[in-house]
Amino acid sequence: MTGSLLQVRGLSVRAGSLQLLHGISFDVAGHGTTVILGRDGAGKTTTLRAILGQLRSSGSVCFAGQEVANMPTHALVRMGIGYVPEDRRVFPDLTVAENLRLAERDRPDYDRVYTLFPDLAQRGKQRAGTLSGGQQQMVSLARALLNDNRLLVIDEPTKGLSPAVVTTVTAALAAVARTVPVLLVEQNLQVVSELAHGAVVVNAGRLAWTGNTRALLHDAQLTRTLLGVAARRP
Amino acid sequence: MKSLLHRAWPVAVAAVLAILPFSAVDIPVLFDGPFAQPGTLQLLAMCLIFAGVVQSYDLQFGRTGLMSFGHALYFAAGAYPTCVLVRAGWPLWQAAAAALCAGTLLAVVLGAIALHTDGIGFAMVTLAFAQAGTLTITLNPAGLTGGDEGLVLNGPGLPAWLTGVTNTANLYWLALAYVCAAVAVVWLLMASPAGRIITGVRDDTRRVSVLGLNSYVVKLSVFTLSGVLAAAGGIVYVLTTGGVSPHVASTAFTLTLLVMVVIGGPGTRWGPVLGAVVYTYLDQRLTAVSGAVSVSPGTPGWLAGLLSQPLLLLGIVFILLVYFAPGGLSALRPRKSFGRTDTTPPGDFQKARRRVAKLRR
Amino acid sequence: MTTIVLLAVTGLGLAALYFLAASGLTLVFGLADVLNLAHGLLVSVGAYTAWVTATSLGGSHPSTRDIAIAVVAGTAAGALAATVVEVTMIRPLYQRTFEQILITVGLSLAGVALLQIVWGTQPLTFPKPAWTATVSTIAGMAVPNHSLILIAAAATVLIGLTLFLRHTRIGLIVRAGVQDREMVIALGVNVRTAFTVVFAIGGAAAALGGALGGIYFGAIDPSQGAALLIFAIGVVIIGGKGSITGTAVAATVVGLLQQFVNYYAAAGAGDLCVIALLAAVVLVRPQGLAGGKTA
Repeated sequence: MTGSLLQVRGLSVRAGSLQLLHGISFDVAGHGTTVILGRDGAGKTTTLRAILGQLRSSGSVCFAGQEVANMPTHALVRMGIGYVPEDRRVFPDLTVAENLRLAERDRPDYDRVYTLFPDLAQRGKQRAGTLSGGQQQMVSLARALLNDNRLLVIDEPTKGLSPAVVTTVTAALAAVARTVPVLLVEQNLQVVSELAHGAVVVNAGRLAWTGNTRALLHDAQLTRTLLGVAARRP
Repeated sequence: MKSLLHRAWPVAVAAVLAILPFSAVDIPVLFDGPFAQPGTLQLLAMCLIFAGVVQSYDLQFGRTGLMSFGHALYFAAGAYPTCVLVRAGWPLWQAAAAALCAGTLLAVVLGAIALHTDGIGFAMVTLAFAQAGTLTITLNPAGLTGGDEGLVLNGPGLPAWLTGVTNTANLYWLALAYVCAAVAVVWLLMASPAGRIITGVRDDTRRVSVLGLNSYVVKLSVFTLSGVLAAAGGIVYVLTTGGVSPHVASTAFTLTLLVMVVIGGPGTRWGPVLGAVVYTYLDQRLTAVSGAVSVSPGTPGWLAGLLSQPLLLLGIVFILLVYFAPGGLSALRPRKSFGRTDTTPPGDFQKARRRVAKLRR
Repeated sequence: MTTIVLLAVTGLGLAALYFLAASGLTLVFGLADVLNLAHGLLVSVGAYTAWVTATSLGGSHPSTRDIAIAVVAGTAAGALAATVVEVTMIRPLYQRTFEQILITVGLSLAGVALLQIVWGTQPLTFPKPAWTATVSTIAGMAVPNHSLILIAAAATVLIGLTLFLRHTRIGLIVRAGVQDREMVIALGVNVRTAFTVVFAIGGAAAALGGALGGIYFGAIDPSQGAALLIFAIGVVIIGGKGSITGTAVAATVVGLLQQFVNYYAAAGAGDLCVIALLAAVVLVRPQGLAGGKTA
């Protein structure tokens, strides 16, 4: 694969006596969106957390030509990664403005964020904990978009959101993905078919399939065996 | 064959220890006189008592992942009531039984409260509870506890075979019996199915909860058992030293237990016992040596001072151990030895850390 | 009436001391989950540095200026000691909470032993100007000056810490870190710097408490820091992990409760009451009064 931004090779994670990942290998392209798919507990979030250095792992993670496995998370992030975690994880007792201020790195671009999420500009003084789920997701996305990143790592951005908000978030993600490569974990196949190009399927901590998202979602048989759901025809 | 040796090893150690009072072997420098001498036996008895108490502490700490900063309270709950009741004229065995009950009750009640928190919160709450014990003792309610001065053990209920310098060997055997009992309880418990649950609680509280086991009940049971073993140690201690002082209820006392466990290797088969013996020996010997040194003329004052406060040296050694020998002494020994470890790898600090991190969540 | 005012003021003085000792403890605990058992030692560093400075400047009757210099020296020594400890001993064990706590255990044991070797186990009379032992009349009520000094110092520290937490970047990092440290790091923030700063500030506050505690109690001894640490830990549990406001409220409650119960019930009963209160808080509200809010 040429032009890949992130190469993961033989990534394994252990937690006590439990092996969570068994040597996963895949590439994230330097453009567009790569999605990690799999059933609940397959190891999707674990993979992201291991790449980011939040979990100790063995194997190799190469980001922009540099080996970064087990690098301190903050240092890796400063190399140009924006992270939007599962369940948003805004700081509930900080205001929206403070949540964003904390994410500031060298040259924060507030215009970009407020153009995408105009709502946030008005709610600067509101405590993030009092926001709706969708608004919190926007804060979480905004924290990642504030800086000029080389890669966005986004974990289940539409989880627990109402359909209307899912549409807004998906549109925002689509706009974002035009400029920055994205590594996405997402369960909503509708959203996946709209956003993703490359797909990586994990099952029980192992790599099950990798290839083109369109090919995967068009193959009902494959979707059913890999994900246990019938793909919605796009 | 190997498993036979594995089983025979602890029994052999106990047997050798049991015949020491008949031994005229004299190891110069290490000990003041031959093993049969009361001074030496007293020192060894202290080492054994602490080995047992530390084993009880490690049951919560190394085996279950509960870091209590208040274990001294349960030791004191054995020591003080025994002393007070014997002084009030009770026969020793009744006083000891009452003290054991007191220790059990205290552990159940305070453990039930403290286990509402976990991780560092648990450490802090147990510390505060132990402080309540220290306060009560120093307040000297109704003149019972002797305040800061402590108490001397005497009373008509004290059997003659346990008093007097000539009977030090009996006290030594009592201490040996105690440490054997404490070690046996912990080892047998950990080898039983319950031991697997305890290890499960330590490694991942949530997984055990998923199995339908209430980790709170498991922890409280361990906490109580550990408290009872400590109280028993307190009883033997008060008999051996012939009295008790508020120090045994203090935070510093608990911290020294923690230090002993870490020196030896938490959650390992021999680690806690080894750590306790090494630490207690050094603590007692350094103090004794400083007494001898300070009366001899020409000794620099700083040296006498240094030796009079063994905790300075022991504290520094401890810090160095944490950096350079994680896993404690038991992780330093050669791999092929009889003292094989349990299911837990020897003093795996990574594991201990993860365990604390996990409980914190 | 005068008794009540007197008890309230001395109780608040005690509360101020608890707040000074507990504020650093709660921030360090909140930010890094480290229970710093050497924190009591930092109290002693402040107390003994102030004692040495005051004694060498003004003998047993130092002037107000001497004692002010001594208190400043004590506070600076506390900040310095805390920084040195953090950088050389705690930081190399970054994110290894368990070993970090063990290090502070070793430090607390060795440190007290060192104090005993150098200054002996007996209490030392703390030199102080005469006015600190007298009373001021405020609105017709006589209130002891040593309590007023402590209250003023604690109020200053409370305001300063609140401003620091609200208006500086490191303060922001601390407030966020108490809520979700992993997420702060995942935003590319190096929390180690914040941790060192918090450690140093906490050390300074504790040492200030130690120096002023010398004036308040009239004497210092090697075990004072450890004794204060225990009540500071109680205050941290009651107030809630990582919360400065909660710590201030809890310190006030604990100080007043202790003083009043000790006077009206029996000496020592107040101390036990504090621990009973702590048990009640743990049962009813294990996250403490503030429950996660920093400032």
